[in-house]
Amino acid sequence: MTVADAPVFDSVIDPTGDVREKTIEKVSIIVSKGSLDGVYPGLIMANGARMEGIEANLFFTFFGMDAIHKKRSDHLKVATVGNPGLHIPTWLGGIPGMSGFATGQMKKKIEELDMPPVPEFLELITDSGGKLFACKATVDMFGLTKDDFVPQVEDVITVGDFYAMAAGGQIIFT
Amino acid sequence: MTTATIAGKDLGVDNEGFMQQPDQWDRSVADAMAADLGMRLTERHWMVIDYLRNSYLESGRAPTIRTLGKQSGVSVKELYQLFPKGPAKLAARLAGIPKPHGCI
Repeated sequence: MTVADAPVFDSVIDPTGDVREKTIEKVSIIVSKGSLDGVYPGLIMANGARMEGIEANLFFTFFGMDAIHKKRSDHLKVATVGNPGLHIPTWLGGIPGMSGFATGQMKKKIEELDMPPVPEFLELITDSGGKLFACKATVDMFGLTKDDFVPQVEDVITVGDFYAMAAGGQIIFT
Repeated sequence: MTTATIAGKDLGVDNEGFMQQPDQWDRSVADAMAADLGMRLTERHWMVIDYLRNSYLESGRAPTIRTLGKQSGVSVKELYQLFPKGPAKLAARLAGIPKPHGCI
């Protein structure tokens, strides 16, 4: 057996007996949250997709847009109040400086895993062939323009444009 | 694990073609694997393969694509040109190291 003969898990036979494609060819990922922990899943999935040879689009909407905003991209935070996943009481999370502290801790852990900070991650994803888009509705709502975004952003597009772009692939909402 | 005959050698590989014993590798193995895939390895390819292999042998783990792009001398953009459809995995396979396990 040569490398070229190695089993390729491209297709499966489903219960009806039809052979169908198993690999994903394209993913379009929506990033709708503006916290550090709300943005990373989408970025990791987009980069992971590119590493598997899967086409990847990232669509930033609502507070997710902070991740591609020139002034905010490197300043995303972890919420310490109203964030049950952190398992700390509200009175503790509400102390001034707690969000900054939790954010610093998380950034440290992220770096230890050799995962880049958000601005560098966006560069990595686009250098890998992934594409970044901003949601027009949110851009209008916040009174922004394409110039407010990091240079890696391809375009400001509508939801209809997004669906057209996502057609034939998987859509992931984060 | 199965055995594949590559470059005239019998090598242990997993079901995706990754070598299970890195010390069985030599450059002719990489050349043979690349030829099977219709690739011709240039000096730029070898820079990446050499870096990956050395990094694995030193630390026991394959580097992330972030580090690969920064330390191998080949940028991320070029990595995707040299090794289409997933440089980290393809280059690791050619470098005779086990499949990288990581989310970046």
